[in-house]
Amino acid sequence: MLKVTNLHVSVFGTSILKGVDLEVNAGEVHAIMGPNGSGKSTLSNVIAGRDGYEITEGSIEYMGKDLSELEAEERACEGIFLAFQYPVEIPGVSNMAMLKAAINSMRKHRGEKEMTAGDFLKLIRERADLVEMKHEFLKRSVNEGFSGGEKKRNEILQMAMLEPKLALLDETDSGLDIDALKIVSQGVNALRSPDRAMVLVTHYQRLLDYIIPDHVHVLAGGRIVKSGDKSLALELEEKGYSWLEGGTNAAASLEQVAN
Amino acid sequence: MSEALEQELNEKNRDLKDLVKREYKEGFVTDVESDTFEPGLNEDVVRRISAKKNEPEFMLEYRLKAFRRWQKMKEPDWAHIDYPKIDFQKIAYYSAPKEMPKLDSLDQVDPKILETYEKLGIPLYEQKLLANVAVDAVFDSVSVRTTFRETLSEAGVIFMPISEAVHEHPELIKKYLSSVVPVQDNYYTALNSAVFSDGSFVYIPPGVRCPMELSTYFRINEMNTGQFERTLIIADEGAYVSYLEGCTAPQRDENQLHAAVVELVAHKDAEIKYSTVQNWYPGDENGKGGIFNFVTKRGVCKGDNSKISWTQVETGSAITWKYPSVVLQGDNSVGEFYSVALTHNKQQADTGTKMIHMGKNTSSTIISKGISAGHGQNTYRGLVKILKGADNARNFSQCDSLLMGDRCGAHTFPYMEVQNPSANLEHEATTSKISEDQLFYLKQRGLSEEAAVSMIVNGFCKEVFRELPMEFAVEAQKLLDISLEGAVG
Ligand SMILES: Nc1ncnc2c1ncn2[C@@H]1O[C@H](COP(=O)(O)OP(=O)(O)OP(=O)(O)O)[C@@H](O)[C@H]1O
Ligand SMILES: [Mg+2]
Repeated sequence: MLKVTNLHVSVFGTSILKGVDLEVNAGEVHAIMGPNGSGKSTLSNVIAGRDGYEITEGSIEYMGKDLSELEAEERACEGIFLAFQYPVEIPGVSNMAMLKAAINSMRKHRGEKEMTAGDFLKLIRERADLVEMKHEFLKRSVNEGFSGGEKKRNEILQMAMLEPKLALLDETDSGLDIDALKIVSQGVNALRSPDRAMVLVTHYQRLLDYIIPDHVHVLAGGRIVKSGDKSLALELEEKGYSWLEGGTNAAASLEQVAN
Repeated sequence: MSEALEQELNEKNRDLKDLVKREYKEGFVTDVESDTFEPGLNEDVVRRISAKKNEPEFMLEYRLKAFRRWQKMKEPDWAHIDYPKIDFQKIAYYSAPKEMPKLDSLDQVDPKILETYEKLGIPLYEQKLLANVAVDAVFDSVSVRTTFRETLSEAGVIFMPISEAVHEHPELIKKYLSSVVPVQDNYYTALNSAVFSDGSFVYIPPGVRCPMELSTYFRINEMNTGQFERTLIIADEGAYVSYLEGCTAPQRDENQLHAAVVELVAHKDAEIKYSTVQNWYPGDENGKGGIFNFVTKRGVCKGDNSKISWTQVETGSAITWKYPSVVLQGDNSVGEFYSVALTHNKQQADTGTKMIHMGKNTSSTIISKGISAGHGQNTYRGLVKILKGADNARNFSQCDSLLMGDRCGAHTFPYMEVQNPSANLEHEATTSKISEDQLFYLKQRGLSEEAAVSMIVNGFCKEVFRELPMEFAVEAQKLLDISLEGAVG
């Protein structure tokens, strides 16, 4: 579904991703871990098509298509969803109004008719219940005055409404209390399906107790320095990242040799 | 934020300049024969206007007095607007479609005028009217038709062109005309009083809740004519009325003057809600053409427990100079001002309100939303005045500005004059830009950049839009969308 090959990305001339390879197939859940500032959000943003990032080398393929041709909104309409590390407030625009416009924009993209008001209401109530979000939040302005945890939960509600093919969850677990973490995980698990893929960016192996990943990757210094299964997360929890730094350096010196 | 990022965002904001590529959809001209005075203003012209309307003597005297006052006055220059000097002798002060339409039969109205209103989406035919909206349409200087008159008169409501009210209800006109806005209030009110040709008159008798929304559409069609309409609304004790006003004009290279006066009187326990969607031709990208809109609107809450609420959405005009105000005379009276003003290209708006607290326990609310794009200049100018006797007066003011691009301007001048120590005034002001984060967030949810901008702008205006009657709110949103068409990218 998603194939990232030798991806190099820089922001204003500073190179941040330095050769990322990642392949995600339908039905899989991948976890990406790694130290602060290693480029995890950058990777998610680039896949989602945020402006301001320059791909200097490599490629991103999604459903067999080169993504660089597509605008952010087209990628969204094609089924890529990003749960933001820092969800954005849109004053005066209700959650409902935003989601309705989003759903209808995506339906239009697929050549489908607009969803009726009745169907929409039914769906949003059902999905709000799935993430145990009180219905009053639906009428409130998008993320305005939401607590940190409520914002994260709202991201999952949006994901549940938009039913993406590829979901990138950037630290959706950060700032959640234990109960909220369980609820969000339940929501995510409920959306796991053979034709949907998920990439979870997280700092805590705790999340992976609730959402069992198929693969775990460590992103450090702008590249994936180690991949493994769930046990890698446990190992990281125990040892931290420093033992992997050597790996980064080794890779860098190998590159120098190759040049 | 890193310096580089900041720089990038600034560039982004510059790109937003293209955001406001709008086309003025109402810019067509209707080809009807009209009876238009040659340009110029003198006492004779004033007499001829009065004669055209076959006015009673008291009106001619009123006009002449106003004209003489006007001759001694100077144009105000304190507003934050910049425009070429208006030559008042180059303007024609009267224009009417030649076939004088008879109000009792639609068949006698020039079909071209009816077509114009249909193009503008104003359904003149009663059967096509949205339920509960009665329309008075003013074409250039003359009121073309007032719909729903019968239904209204059953309720005792008077809704008619002011030119007719002068004949049919001279006692009301004598009593109330210029009772809120004195002739000499300012340069434009004196001018308007001398030359106004038509407008709407509304009287709601005691205890009557007007059974439908009343509405007037103003249309300037002729070249080089000014439009000077006059509106007078009186809600007697315990009465209620909601009044809507819409305005459009053809697209022309010359500037045209619009100097209206609106007076509202709310007696004891009465309420008047006055909503405007102003979409006069704004001029082109380079500031060529467009309407100069110098308007004086004022209401007086005369009786106790009365309420006057102004809501305006100002998207048109090259120059807007307008301060709908409320004089809170009765005890416990309430004044409200909700405003959205959008300026783009070379448009300039200097608008706001005055809330004059005189009675005890009076309260006022001011919500102003200014949106500036292109080279647009948007000024909020407001005065909250608490007089000595106004015990326990309260005011809440909120002035928010949204900037698109870095070549436009937003200015806020909140004046306060407090002569009673028990007053409680709150003022909040914010200035913001549409952030790159917000745009990306919405695009990531599948919205185009245009849809995203429109959503953010409409969200910004929400507190004002929700004060508008439903159809008007929809129209206002559409207007903003049109203004933002061709937006970012
Ligand atoms: N727009 C930008 N301008 C300048 N530097 C940037 C920008 N975006 C990212 N960076 C830099 O790139 C590096 C990677 O940032 P990124 O947000 O991808 O890290 P992360 O792995 O998500 O970190 P965290 O775990 O703290 O969320 C950081 O050093 C960051 O400062
Ligand atoms: Mg991050």
